Amino acid sequence: MDSDDEGGFNSAASSIELDEEMSSSVDFDSDVELDDYQEDETAFEATAKDLAPRRKAYEVEYRVYSPKDIQAQQDDQVAEVANLLEQPPEATAILLRHVRWNKERLIEQYMDAQEELLDKAGLGQDISKNPPRLQVIDGFCCDICCEDTPGLESFAMNCGHRFCVDCYRQYLVQKIKGEGEAARIKCPGDGCNKIIDAKSLDLLVPTELTERYNELLMRTYVDDKENLKWCPAPNCVYAVECGVKKRDLNKIVPSVHCDCKHAFCFGCTLADHQPCPCVLVKKWLKKCEDDSETANWISANTKECPKCHSTIEKNGGCNHMTCRKCKNEFCWMCMGVWSEHGTSWYNCNRFEEKSGSDARDAQAKSRQSLERYLHYYNRYANHEQSAKLDKDIFHKTEKKMTLLQSSSGMSWIEVQFLEAASQALQQCRQTLKWTYAFAYYLARNNQTAIFEDNQKDLEMAVENLSEMFEKSTDQLAGLKVEMMDKTTYCMRRRVILLDDTAKNLKEQTWEFIVDMV
Amino acid sequence: MTAPLPKRIIKETERLQSEPVPGISAQPHDDNARYFDVMVEGPGGSCYEGGIFNLELFLPDDYPMCPPRIRFLTRIYHPNIDRLGRICLDVLKNNWSPALQIRTILLSIQALLGAPNPEDPLNEAVAKQWKENQPEAIRTAREWTKLYAQKK
Ligand SMILES: [Zn+2]
Ligand SMILES: [Zn+2]
Ligand SMILES: [Zn+2]
Ligand SMILES: [Zn+2]
Ligand SMILES: [Zn+2]
Ligand SMILES: [Zn+2]
Repeated sequence: MDSDDEGGFNSAASSIELDEEMSSSVDFDSDVELDDYQEDETAFEATAKDLAPRRKAYEVEYRVYSPKDIQAQQDDQVAEVANLLEQPPEATAILLRHVRWNKERLIEQYMDAQEELLDKAGLGQDISKNPPRLQVIDGFCCDICCEDTPGLESFAMNCGHRFCVDCYRQYLVQKIKGEGEAARIKCPGDGCNKIIDAKSLDLLVPTELTERYNELLMRTYVDDKENLKWCPAPNCVYAVECGVKKRDLNKIVPSVHCDCKHAFCFGCTLADHQPCPCVLVKKWLKKCEDDSETANWISANTKECPKCHSTIEKNGGCNHMTCRKCKNEFCWMCMGVWSEHGTSWYNCNRFEEKSGSDARDAQAKSRQSLERYLHYYNRYANHEQSAKLDKDIFHKTEKKMTLLQSSSGMSWIEVQFLEAASQALQQCRQTLKWTYAFAYYLARNNQTAIFEDNQKDLEMAVENLSEMFEKSTDQLAGLKVEMMDKTTYCMRRRVILLDDTAKNLKEQTWEFIVDMV
Repeated sequence: MTAPLPKRIIKETERLQSEPVPGISAQPHDDNARYFDVMVEGPGGSCYEGGIFNLELFLPDDYPMCPPRIRFLTRIYHPNIDRLGRICLDVLKNNWSPALQIRTILLSIQALLGAPNPEDPLNEAVAKQWKENQPEAIRTAREWTKLYAQKK
């Protein structure tokens, strides 16, 4: 579908990855420690491997930014381009917002048609010659409030639309606070397209609004950039940068972990759905939502009794139906009274035999299709439900850990295995859940069989660990070693499953039963 | 209970009386100076010609930072006006400027009667008819004007 070279994508990822890993080599929170295979610990060969970047096929390069970082990034870009264009930073910022932070496009347009660009961006003539200031003008009457008191301070940009300071401020308050606008606020003059520049805004925005204003500006900056996204977690202020492009989303699932601990997909910003690509996630959720499969099946296989209107399911091939409720006998094909079917009592004579068998085929097919869907859906829903329950347990984990400490005399550090187990359960359930949505769309072949083996392995390990986790406190102490082993095992099975799936996705060797659009 | 009427509203009201716009009138209520009875004549040459349309206009507290609220009271067959009389007009929404006034808004509404825009419909059914069978739509608009928009 797209001929994007993965080489470029990978090499870009690994070059940055290297210094990232070096700087965070003692970061125990990172997934890296969990991805380590024990085989790697064999002394000598490990050294070379340890130095080389080791990213699993399902991992992507990304970075988390605080609001401060984003502001700095924005300022840097403005400064850089301002230098190039020899424009003041205020004007440059407006220009960059105008082209949605596409630096190259801005420079190109600036070179090609400077005046047109300035005009379109709402800058008109050079503002550096005429810094914005408040003025008192004799005989001025404000068109907005009709005030004409002598000494009234007023403001106008070089478009000449002059209003009193109070009105200008009120206007900005309305725009910023009421309408959430920031980057593209126009002159209040009727029909004027001039955008109010940053310097004028500094002069006019009431101090209590500057914070909100800057926040809004930052929002537009992140919204405008394809490689930046806000973390969708409620109240989270971080943004994530990731180089994965929209067109790559059928080849990789860009899972990112925000500093607030929320894991989400950079592609669609839904909660992490590794290993299932965004497009299948979308299809799957839609399918589960409208439940069309079930509805189709019901419409194909149930009818209302013509007499008492109770719902009747047809389960055999015979068209001679007897309503369980009112004992009405009727023909499934024509809904007519059965007694009118005369001597040809076996088949409805108002239809050809062929259409009867077609109907039966269609029914069998739709039932099969429903059963297939339900097979995957039930497992998907089960893991979703269990993950929710595990989450409750996760909240209770701390309590459990405290209990265990007092009953067994273990230290806080020594009971950490419970927390590790709880987290592993969460993560693995999340993964398993999506493996079922993924598998639903897979064609039957050898590769799928291997996938399902991996899935089964992980599932069994998870159920095992889950069972141990539920045990009472007095049993838990004795299970410590076993649980730690199982936790490691689960995480390792998860990595194997994800890595394998992601590799095949990258190489586009999966065969899907739907179009990947 | 009532805050003093802003100078702006007083001036606008005065001017609406002293220099009325031809074909348009706006009369504030005695008990509520922010509430106006509006009358707009259908523009000559349009399918609303000869009609007299009543509207209500209200100036909210944040006027003129926010646009006035206006609604047709007389039934009208127009793609940009819905059954409740609400009007789809850019200057009443995104393109509102505090420098605009009641008179300019009413002139825009009169202009909208002269130039219906089925591409930006508020009333889907009317807009569809307008695009598919314009002569028929215009005939209906004329009929409605005769039926509902005559001086009583
Ligand atoms: Zn202006
Ligand atoms: Zn003013
Ligand atoms: Zn976050
Ligand atoms: Zn996604
Ligand atoms: Zn019945
Ligand atoms: Zn029959």
